[in-house]
Amino acid sequence: MSNKRKESAMIVSQECIAADIYSMWIQTEKIASLAVPGQFISMYTKDGSKLLPRPISLCEINREKKLIRVVYRVTGEGTGTEQFSELTKGDWIDILGPLGNGFPLEAAKGKKAMLIGGGIGVPPMLELAKQLDTKKVLVMGYRDEQFLAEEFCEYGDFYVATEDGSAGTKGNVMDAIAANGLDAEVIFACGPAPMLRAIKQYAEEKNIVCYISTEERMACGIGACLACVCQSKEVDGHSHVHNKRVCKDGPVFLSTEVEI
Amino acid sequence: MNTTVNLAGVELKNPVMTASGTFGSGEEYSEFVDLNRLGAVVTKGVANVPWPGNPTPRIAETYGGMMNAIGLQNPGIDVFCERDIPFLKKYDTKIIVNVCGKTTEDYCEVVERLADEPVDLLEINISCPNVKEGGIAFGQNPKAVEDITKEIKKYAKQPVIMKLSPNVTDITETAKAAEAGGADVLSLINTLTGMKIDINRQTFALANKTGGVSGPAVKPIAVRMVYQVANAVKLPIIGMGGISTYEDAIEFILAGATAVSVGTANFFNPAATVEVVEGIEKYMERYHFENIKDMVGLVK
Repeated sequence: MSNKRKESAMIVSQECIAADIYSMWIQTEKIASLAVPGQFISMYTKDGSKLLPRPISLCEINREKKLIRVVYRVTGEGTGTEQFSELTKGDWIDILGPLGNGFPLEAAKGKKAMLIGGGIGVPPMLELAKQLDTKKVLVMGYRDEQFLAEEFCEYGDFYVATEDGSAGTKGNVMDAIAANGLDAEVIFACGPAPMLRAIKQYAEEKNIVCYISTEERMACGIGACLACVCQSKEVDGHSHVHNKRVCKDGPVFLSTEVEI
Repeated sequence: MNTTVNLAGVELKNPVMTASGTFGSGEEYSEFVDLNRLGAVVTKGVANVPWPGNPTPRIAETYGGMMNAIGLQNPGIDVFCERDIPFLKKYDTKIIVNVCGKTTEDYCEVVERLADEPVDLLEINISCPNVKEGGIAFGQNPKAVEDITKEIKKYAKQPVIMKLSPNVTDITETAKAAEAGGADVLSLINTLTGMKIDINRQTFALANKTGGVSGPAVKPIAVRMVYQVANAVKLPIIGMGGISTYEDAIEFILAGATAVSVGTANFFNPAATVEVVEGIEKYMERYHFENIKDMVGLVK
């Protein structure tokens, strides 16, 4: 038996950084020491009517200070994420992690990397940008209001797409890539399914190695319940069908490996 | 204090086991709980061949619970015997294999294949609401329950648990039918068929449209059904449906369950099973129960 367990962790800070987007720093020695970019944690509400964990990706990992940061969207009134947003410094939150596989940093070694984030898929790209020690361009897409933009600028050439045209290229991340003539030898991406589909197609046409972080409704978060599967080209190791588990085998997959 | 319970001649160190489908074959949860502490591990359903399961989304949260339509994704009996049984054999806990199928022959094939495996009991899933064929098609008709139980008993080398569906008018009828067919133990309840609509996308929350509701919200229904069945048949009962704490487990035992299963609670508390084991011991101490058997069906 290993020492994995759900833990109660203290919130060090919480702030609203854009409309409905919150940034929370959490004190947790265990997760901070083990986590890699692209992994996620399960966050639990204190509300007995909302029992299932909310999977939230890690935005930053600070090993020295034993902190992790999550940046998440409040999805509506009365939701679990709204309850998270009401917590403040000194409050405790139940979390489980780190979960999932994370991005393979070694795949970018000596290569020009492109990091693409869309919407609430933007936050996990920040820790990846920090840890990737290679030449990189960062392309982030927003509906309207930007968040984390200044922080990204520290780690590479930063490009923005906004749906309303309020900043950067008007349109989506693919429009920003085309408008700025960007290219790369390896792509890492996280965002909504239509964006990932477009990136998968783009990468396959251009023969670029591409890793995408996928999303699916989860229950256990540890690979037991088989709720969060995605169709895979290869036979999966668990059930020997074509269903990889997003929470355990993913959430990061080689784009050619999965149907999205 | 004696917490051992006997299910058709199989002695469990305590009455706490896992509910099929919520715990895989124990591997994932072995990182959170010591499987040696459990009375038994009940595996996720296994069929004669691999099943891919249903399209996603396969789960949705409901008030105080959840709804699932996984569709019994499983690797098939061959991989299961090579991988999952040897894994569980490393632990000092009883192994209960949940068996699913689309036809009577499918069930019997799996049961026959398990005859020579080091498995302690078989749980026959005739009550899954999420597969079109098999599953619940057998579990809602007393005659069909009796027939399939009889058929399975011809092939089974281990004692047979029939898992009953709550999606019936009178669960004592299917319980009696299973008893008449020769079942050794009954387990109940499987999930309650439900539906959730996503009003923002104007569609069903689950790709399967309907799913099985589980979790704390269904517990009173499950306790009532265990009580009814305990008073209608002579077989031992494994009670389940929303058990998250030892208090929940005690309710089922007092209502007539010899053993209990923890299911959905694993998803929000990976250590729930062992916490229930420890809580039952403390409860017995507090109320001076020397033997857990004295608690079974105490509330008349």
